[in-house]
Amino acid sequence: MRSLSYIRATTVSDATEAFAAAGEGARYIAGGTTLYDLMKLGVERPAHLIDIAALAGGDRIDTSGDILFFGAGARMADVAEDAVVRRDYPVLAESLSKAASQQLRNMATVGGNLLQRTRCPYFRNGAIGAYPCNKREPGSGCAAIGGLDRGQAVLGISDACTAVSPGDWPVALTAMDATIELQGPTGTRSVPISEFYLLPGEAPHLEFAIGRGEIVTGISVPKTVAGRNSTYLKVRDRESYAFALASAAVALAMDGDHVRHAHIALGGVATRPWRAREAEELLVGRSIEPEMALAAGRAAFADARPGAHNAFKIELGARTLADAIMTAGRKMQ
Amino acid sequence: MSDTNDTPFLEITRRQVLEAGTIVSVSGLLPAAAQAQAPSPKPAPENGATVQVSFHVNGEKNVLEIDARASLLDMLRERLGFVGAKKGCDHGQCGACTVHIDGRRVASCLTLAAKVDGRDLTTIEGIGSADALHPMQQAFIDHDALQCGYCTPGQIMAAIACVKEGHTSTPEEIREYMSGNICRCGAYVGIVAAIEQAAPQIERS
Repeated sequence: MRSLSYIRATTVSDATEAFAAAGEGARYIAGGTTLYDLMKLGVERPAHLIDIAALAGGDRIDTSGDILFFGAGARMADVAEDAVVRRDYPVLAESLSKAASQQLRNMATVGGNLLQRTRCPYFRNGAIGAYPCNKREPGSGCAAIGGLDRGQAVLGISDACTAVSPGDWPVALTAMDATIELQGPTGTRSVPISEFYLLPGEAPHLEFAIGRGEIVTGISVPKTVAGRNSTYLKVRDRESYAFALASAAVALAMDGDHVRHAHIALGGVATRPWRAREAEELLVGRSIEPEMALAAGRAAFADARPGAHNAFKIELGARTLADAIMTAGRKMQ
Repeated sequence: MSDTNDTPFLEITRRQVLEAGTIVSVSGLLPAAAQAQAPSPKPAPENGATVQVSFHVNGEKNVLEIDARASLLDMLRERLGFVGAKKGCDHGQCGACTVHIDGRRVASCLTLAAKVDGRDLTTIEGIGSADALHPMQQAFIDHDALQCGYCTPGQIMAAIACVKEGHTSTPEEIREYMSGNICRCGAYVGIVAAIEQAAPQIERS
């Protein structure tokens, strides 16, 4: 790890000014659970760290208005335990409590978690550098394609990259139509989460619609009755403390027995948090039955492209989504 | 410190013995001239840009100039001699390095030491003494909740936090909220039993 400078900012404008002054090699750090890990692996090599974990008021959680607001500096554990979130938006609470371990949830922030980087083993193999990776070294190639690709994505992949978007919280936020609040050197702006994550395409090193020097300051989620009939189902190699092989965030707005509107997003199977509009449309006007749920699951994977060792994710993902739809539907009764 | 319990009379710690052994074995490989300058067991000075941090460990104030890259785990072990917290994976995946910051459990290997300025740390050395073990330490003994013991300081620090958070209402909940601590010896049955025993004796925060 290269030598670096470290300063702690107390306001957002302090932080953006420090970032600009530090120049090349500047990075913001919040909880550090991704960045410091990747620094140890030689994948990230910052020269200047600007700590934004303790910005004044940055950890505010406000569920009293007509939106849910989560300050970017709020810890994952604190949002997961929030009483209103747990009662009215289980999909959000569960996506957080099923991520990482309590130690890491006490460290990691809900803003930083949006920027978590992929767990693709070829990407993480930075210090040795024996394998090419277009995300780590643009233009070098992709060793995962045709390599050990059991964990790779089947949706949203390109010829340059098949790395899975690793998060759970971003998947739940995608289902719930969240908006990301950003502040940078030129002011503030809001980005719908549907536009925040970039497909790998030809340039997989570009992952987020965030400008140089910009900071995620908060996350807004519109309130909806669908929140109560919601769930986050995560299937993995072990029951706890593992990344998803397949996951599904589902929230249902109902008219009696029939679905008025469905919110569905998938994790563990795609190169970004994956909104499953086809599955949503299939459920509208229908009652929640196992056959219908599985049909929606299959619809979500209609365009999936498997590699050599990850075709199982198509069936697993479809059935994970079907189970999540049944669970969300049962909350009605 | 638990490391000193078996030989307090001689005032030699197991760690010093291990370090001395390392020096002997290294110096055996070196030419004679170099042996006169065998490495000192004292911590090496920092070699990168540094920051000053001021914090409490187990109630005692510390002020240190530390490398800006250093982890909290390395600072505790290499600079302050708190060697209870262990380096298992050094990537936040095993829990052996668990300590408390302001009463909350964290992975000290993934915490920049620079971040603890102004904070209160608690390590395994700060929760009990040889004469008066913490109820969680006693429960781990009572239930054989360890074999090799390497993960145990992290397990105990995580377990105390787990109780204080209120995550011990069922064995399933204990297992879920202790999943960040890996035990390669597989002492999980004893660990869950120990936490169930100690929980009623520890106040929730």
